[in-house]
Amino acid sequence: MKHTLEEVKEEVFKLNKEEHSPDFEHPIKVKLKTFRFNAETDYLPHYKTYEMTVTKDELMLDLLNRIKWEHDGSFSYRRSCRHGICGACGIKVNGKATLACKQNAQELVKLFGDELVIEPQSQKRAIKDMIIDKGDFWQKHADVKPYVDADIPEHPTEETRISPERNELFLDSDYCIQCGGCHYACPVLEVNEDYLGPAAFVAAYRFSIDPRDKSSQERLETTAELGSGVWDCVKCNECVEACPKDLDPFEKITKLHNMQFEQGVAKRNVATKHAEGFTRSIKKYGFLDEQDIVMYSEGLGVVKHMSEALKMIKKGKVHPFDVMKKKMPRSKNLDEIRKLIKTSQTNKL
Amino acid sequence: MSKLTYALYTGCTAKESTPELLSSTLAVAKKLDIEIVMLDEASCCGASHLQDFDEMLSYVLNARNICYAEKRGLKMITICNTCQLNLMTTKHKLDTDPKVKAEVNKRLADVGLEYKGTVDVEHFLYALIDDYGLDKVREKVKVPLSNFNIAPFYGCHNIRPSELHQHDNPYAPTSLDDLIAALEGNSVDYESKNKCCGFHVDLQAPKTSNALSGGALIDAIDNDADMMVTPCPLCQLNLDLKQDSAGKQLGRDIELPVLHLPQLMALALGCTPEEIGLKYNVTDATKFQLSIES
Repeated sequence: MKHTLEEVKEEVFKLNKEEHSPDFEHPIKVKLKTFRFNAETDYLPHYKTYEMTVTKDELMLDLLNRIKWEHDGSFSYRRSCRHGICGACGIKVNGKATLACKQNAQELVKLFGDELVIEPQSQKRAIKDMIIDKGDFWQKHADVKPYVDADIPEHPTEETRISPERNELFLDSDYCIQCGGCHYACPVLEVNEDYLGPAAFVAAYRFSIDPRDKSSQERLETTAELGSGVWDCVKCNECVEACPKDLDPFEKITKLHNMQFEQGVAKRNVATKHAEGFTRSIKKYGFLDEQDIVMYSEGLGVVKHMSEALKMIKKGKVHPFDVMKKKMPRSKNLDEIRKLIKTSQTNKL
Repeated sequence: MSKLTYALYTGCTAKESTPELLSSTLAVAKKLDIEIVMLDEASCCGASHLQDFDEMLSYVLNARNICYAEKRGLKMITICNTCQLNLMTTKHKLDTDPKVKAEVNKRLADVGLEYKGTVDVEHFLYALIDDYGLDKVREKVKVPLSNFNIAPFYGCHNIRPSELHQHDNPYAPTSLDDLIAALEGNSVDYESKNKCCGFHVDLQAPKTSNALSGGALIDAIDNDADMMVTPCPLCQLNLDLKQDSAGKQLGRDIELPVLHLPQLMALALGCTPEEIGLKYNVTDATKFQLSIES
């Protein structure tokens, strides 16, 4: 069937109309409550509200441009590619990590209402308005050797072949554009400066899984350190939510944990024993023995939990003699669970 | 309409250090005329730690857990955010990755089970909203909680990642606020309500854990909360039990009762003190019982 140009245009218009709810089909008025700060001249930051009418196709980057072009030429932000590939224009909108050039503005109005709060990724690192000092991010990225470390001759006679299956394993990690969205959404980095953070972990995973690379062991050791490595992850999934490329940093953190055990890098410490210790209880009871897991993981360090243990005993929440008397709840069909652990467990500590 | 019936996955905490969670959940279900079938065959979900040691083992055990809800043909409900996320993660993986599903089912076949993917797994909070309806909850309230400022603490694993959880906007969740409103309580608006409590690093990084839990508690206190309420027993334990050490680290006295969501509901629905179990909360919460009785 032949279509005229007019018919095609009409079809596209209809599709667009279906995609956006009727409320958002037309331009809408928004207030942009915007963080303003100049580290060279200002004592404190302040917020300035700009009002504008936003059409359904405008991106957050368009709105940043309009603040600068229509309201205040001194407004500062990083921008470059406008195609979601350079990672320069990361900001926060109502606390949500946002890559300005990828984020439709009306979608955020749907989420948060017509007042959008525009802030830099990290207020304590603000230099000017949206521009922050990303030095800590780049240092941590560099700390995990974010490149393939391989002895490849200058004039190779044949190419290094990577199977499609292996390629699949690191494909999505390659999409990371170092925008810093996950890094500055991570609550651990807010309270622990030594922590490497989700973006560095994604890079560590990506290059450690590469068959050409010879620094995998070193990277796994770096990311296994207590205090800075993956064991300090609180599992909040803020990084997953923040990533504009949907590459699930938390999944990569789990993979790094697994690789520590698979490759024998995991040392016996409170964190590794805690992860492994679950199988101990589950084999015995099906359930987790909450008292045993703390004692097993901590070893002699268990004494530091005494005051809390006493509080729980006093309230009747735990019974100190349960452990000895084995008054633990037990799963029905426990033999199935034991058999499954036997057939499914591959890792060891 | 036939009676709402759920298969309850209790998790370990409700069977051990937070008995008040289980008793109040069962009491609330009874008041709302919801039938609960216990999943006695279920094992620990691995609490997001087992997967770090052995991801496949975590999938296999959780698939087995779901199998027993499938056998009964019932929606599976959880009363712990971390159980919910672990079960959901397994379900999502098996439902979208036929290779992993086949591998898991090969092992399950050894014990005569098969994961099919026929039932939903939902946290009690969201099951109430979806299936029961908050309007109907409001009708059942015997003791309106209008005298209390209640700070909702959502807990990460019920709202993130939003790809799996379809209910709340993780940056501005409302479900718990809506439930508090249905119980006629005043919900406290504060920044930390959708933040992390730090529970999962309490052993290896207590400073991080205390900074996060203490920060959230102080935020709630400074916004005039009388109590905090959470749908997750792991958040509840970390926030309730560690107030002294968090306060010491942050240089503030911290004292704020932290209730499980079903405990709060049980108070409003007029359950017995024994069922509500406020005597088990470490930071004294028995005053709410007295206040309601007077």
